[in-house]
Amino acid sequence: MSGAGNLADADLLPGTPPDAAGADRSWLRHLRLPEQPLARHLILALGGGGILYLVTSSLSPYNDFLVGEIALYLIALAGLSLLTGVNGQISLGHGAFMAVGAYTIALLMTHTQLNFILELLASVGAAAVLGVVIGVPATRLKGPYLAGMTLLLALALPPIADKWSSTFGGDQGLTTTVPTAPGNINPEEWLTWIELLGALITLVLLANFLRSRFGRMLRAVRDDEIAASLAGIHVARTKVTAFVISAACAGLAGAFLGLSTGVVSTGEFPLPLSIQLLAAMVIGGTGSLMGMWWGAVLLVYLPQWSTSISSHLNLGSDVSAYLATIIFGAVLIVAMIAAPSGIQGGLRLAWGRAVRLWSGLTRKQIQPTRTG
Amino acid sequence: MMIGGVHDEKGRQMRQMRHSRHTSTGRWARALLAGAMGLTLATTVLTTSAGAASTPGVTSTSITIGATVPLTGPAAPGYDEIAPSMNAVFDWVNAHGGVFGRKINYDYLDDGYNPANTATLTRKLVLQDNIFADVGSLGTPTQAAVQSFLNSQKVPQLFIESGCDCWSNPKFPESFGWQPPYTVEGKILGAYIKAHFAGEKVGYLTQGDEFGQDFIKGLDMEIPSASVVSRQTYDASTLAGPLSNQVAALKAAGAQVVAMATIPAATALAMLPAAAIGFTPQYVISNVGADSPTVGPLLSSFTSKGGGSAAEAAATAGLLNGVITDAYFAPESNVSNPWVQVEKKLMAKYAPSTYAKYGLDGNVQYGVALAYTFVQALQAAGKNLTRAGLVSAIEKSGKKFVTPGLVPLSYSGSVHFGFQGAEVIKLSTSAPPAVTPTGSWMGSTPVSPVEVTNVGSGPVRTYTGKPSAPPQKLVSTS
Amino acid sequence: MGLFVNITLDGITNGMVFAALALALVLIFRATKILNFAQGAMAMMTTFIGFTLLNRGLGYWWALVAVLAIAFVLGALVERVLIRPLQGKSELNPVIVTIGLLVVLEGLAGAIYGNSSRGFPPAYSQSGLTIGHTKIAFSHFDIFILVAVLVLMVGTLALFRATTLGLRMRASAFSGEISRLLGVRVGRLLTLGWALAGVAGALAGFLVAPTSSFSPYFMDLILVYAFTAAVIGGLESPVGALIGGLITGLSISYVGGYLGSGLQPLGALVLLMVTLMARPEGIFARPTARRV
Repeated sequence: MSGAGNLADADLLPGTPPDAAGADRSWLRHLRLPEQPLARHLILALGGGGILYLVTSSLSPYNDFLVGEIALYLIALAGLSLLTGVNGQISLGHGAFMAVGAYTIALLMTHTQLNFILELLASVGAAAVLGVVIGVPATRLKGPYLAGMTLLLALALPPIADKWSSTFGGDQGLTTTVPTAPGNINPEEWLTWIELLGALITLVLLANFLRSRFGRMLRAVRDDEIAASLAGIHVARTKVTAFVISAACAGLAGAFLGLSTGVVSTGEFPLPLSIQLLAAMVIGGTGSLMGMWWGAVLLVYLPQWSTSISSHLNLGSDVSAYLATIIFGAVLIVAMIAAPSGIQGGLRLAWGRAVRLWSGLTRKQIQPTRTG
Repeated sequence: MMIGGVHDEKGRQMRQMRHSRHTSTGRWARALLAGAMGLTLATTVLTTSAGAASTPGVTSTSITIGATVPLTGPAAPGYDEIAPSMNAVFDWVNAHGGVFGRKINYDYLDDGYNPANTATLTRKLVLQDNIFADVGSLGTPTQAAVQSFLNSQKVPQLFIESGCDCWSNPKFPESFGWQPPYTVEGKILGAYIKAHFAGEKVGYLTQGDEFGQDFIKGLDMEIPSASVVSRQTYDASTLAGPLSNQVAALKAAGAQVVAMATIPAATALAMLPAAAIGFTPQYVISNVGADSPTVGPLLSSFTSKGGGSAAEAAATAGLLNGVITDAYFAPESNVSNPWVQVEKKLMAKYAPSTYAKYGLDGNVQYGVALAYTFVQALQAAGKNLTRAGLVSAIEKSGKKFVTPGLVPLSYSGSVHFGFQGAEVIKLSTSAPPAVTPTGSWMGSTPVSPVEVTNVGSGPVRTYTGKPSAPPQKLVSTS
Repeated sequence: MGLFVNITLDGITNGMVFAALALALVLIFRATKILNFAQGAMAMMTTFIGFTLLNRGLGYWWALVAVLAIAFVLGALVERVLIRPLQGKSELNPVIVTIGLLVVLEGLAGAIYGNSSRGFPPAYSQSGLTIGHTKIAFSHFDIFILVAVLVLMVGTLALFRATTLGLRMRASAFSGEISRLLGVRVGRLLTLGWALAGVAGALAGFLVAPTSSFSPYFMDLILVYAFTAAVIGGLESPVGALIGGLITGLSISYVGGYLGSGLQPLGALVLLMVTLMARPEGIFARPTARRV
């Protein structure tokens, strides 16, 4: 996992020294953020949250809904980025963890009157448990093998709900109810805020993990398991923990998906979902967290591009229906061959160049005699 | 990273640490302001600019309706024909001045049979594209996902393409079914089995979901439980190979009649291994999976192009022979039927590419009939078109709509099901075949009178009325 | 009893098909240490091309030969164009590229052939053979499946063990650098590995198609079962692929027959996880020195 990973290392949150790849973060240091990671992340999250609040208040209900969807996919992608990008374990089965989270919250809402926060936590917990179940055998597998096993997981889990359809709601699925919004806030907006809050909390938590010793352990295990083990890192425990964290994120995302769709049924977790999650993570920028915004936007807009592309070009009905799929696959292939660090990687490179250009120009003005 | 000099990164870091408590509020404010301005700019682009019409989707010259259907993915085969066939009817209507001068725009989107996509796309249709009504969307899980949203937005959810008995629910007054509920089908076919195969052993082979469960509910209301020797199911999402195990179990139980609630692919994947092990029961199959132009090509693989004999080929063609199913409009092989003739003309003129590919098969007929039902609803709703008006027009006048159906629609204030009756037909080599661009497929003959019933415990009764003829305007101008 | 026999025969036939596709996965993994997630989709595409040829009137056997040749070229092309640029980089890249190829191929098949129902002919009659008074779930076509896959396996083994070309291929897979030093054209042999894998996959496609719902997705589940088979057999040997295929096929068949068809992928997952916990290298893996 040396290629796509290293470049993503430093891009977790600004204020960090330039990494080995030379990305320049100096402009962000002017913000004079505190050095302590948690405080730094919290301030940025609060700032981001404030901006998002302003944004969603002025959006139309449909766009509000879309922002909520972006937020929930962001949660799943952030977890996947940690697992695959930072820890090097490839998962093609995150749709299954989302399914567990979704069904958990739907079952709790159908059969109990639990507090909403507890229900969300239960969804996270249930997905985390499956994360342990899969994570333990996963420690024995190398990249492609693990990808294959998780692919099988994505195919194997949803039909269980079909088999025991009386418990799991069968075709009509289990209904979910968004908790009542206070005052006369639009329910769509309320759910979006809940999802955005979930996303921000997830980003802060994950960013902290990645900045911490645990994050270094994750990267060490990815880069060279033997060396990490010799350095005293408990490799298997690290890998399982990474799996559990990422499964928990997917579980939360699944619960939100169930809430925003209104119903949880097996058709929401087909194989393409797991594939698209991995693809979106890669296109967003493997290993990065902020890059997952791009991936989430891709996932939310993909079904709509399917129809808008076909309506603009006058193609035969079959070609137009499948055009979006073909383009998606082609972009994936081209991205991996030409731009493996995804959109975020590309942006960082471009920004780094722009900043160097700018500081090169300003340097000349301020220090005409120094050649550095 | 250079050590020393003004550009000493490490030095700058250390200076920062000393000043960490004195964050520059000015810079913060500027950054946040810039961010907020940028995002507000972006949102003004995103914010919809659609003006609020008095009735969404309706202008003096047009009506915009929408739907979500599977155009790609494993659920698409067959069902992707329905929306283009509906458009043939709408194009005919538009070519003749529209309904009260309004042309119908049908905006159907691909949800790939994934309820999460359905939720997003339906919100797009309602909140952004301002459709007047959701007409002809497909699928039980997909439409169940948006039922409460559409109802809370008071958008009519009309003529859902699914036989679930959940569409006639007083909690959801905007939702309407159209095709006969699976329970009704099960009852009618079950009554036929009870009458004609009394005392024989019956086996069930059904899809594991709502479709199969509702069908079984109907069968069980008619067939005595002692006669049912085996109940086999299959899972639609993992359907990849022949249902050999299920078929073997049915054979082992000695089933002489097999009642099936299967999609066309599953029908073929059951009949093929059955024939292979010499199991030839009397098949009684839901109309969902017994349309011969749809199932025929799947069965043709039994005819070996490689090394089989002529007798084998004949045996294949004969696999559908004697299959009993039901129909709620005149089948495509009934070429003298006036509705069949009108449908062919309509499709050939207004949807030539769809017609050239599929001809008039069960799905195409379905689409044409559904669209024509909607057109009648618009006409009944009158010139002053509102959503509430449309819904009450269907409830008040639905029973009188002219459709290709063998029975009238059942709509009323308390019933939101469409057709609740059918006739039992038998596929037969002696009947005139259904000819489509893909070949010549087995035709059918009726073996029972038209019958009606409901999803509850009411009896299966013979329907004594006559089917309506297509109106002169449709015949002369299509 | 009859049910058990039929389920077992079914399992054997399915297992042979899994073995053929597993062999394709093994060939590629031996050559380039990559798991080709698009192997099933490539087989699907070549089978669809075969469908077109059959519809144009070409005889079955000529169509099969033509398709095998096309699959050979397709496999080589994919290796040269898509996989070669990724050599030496992260493990994630080939996974994504092959998945991208899977998505593109399924989209192309959908776009070109549309959604309509279609059947695919078998090479021989699918009517069950009669033993005594009963027809069993084993037909001439099933015999053909067994024979074809065995021929494929024997042919592959013969290639690797008895020919110089095979020796060179094994050497390139074992150590590319040393082989290069010894004058072996490693690149060409990797391409050859992918080409042969394409042929194996294409055969599997022809064998499966008659009994599937012949759609662009018909090889998806077969691929994951073949993956299970390959892992059980140890992703290194054709014999392993065969045994792994049979084990997987039988297990899936029993799960489907006695527990329900929806639980078959779960059965495969459990089988895979048990194998990985008990014997991660697979049954037939050669003991390799641990690379530190």
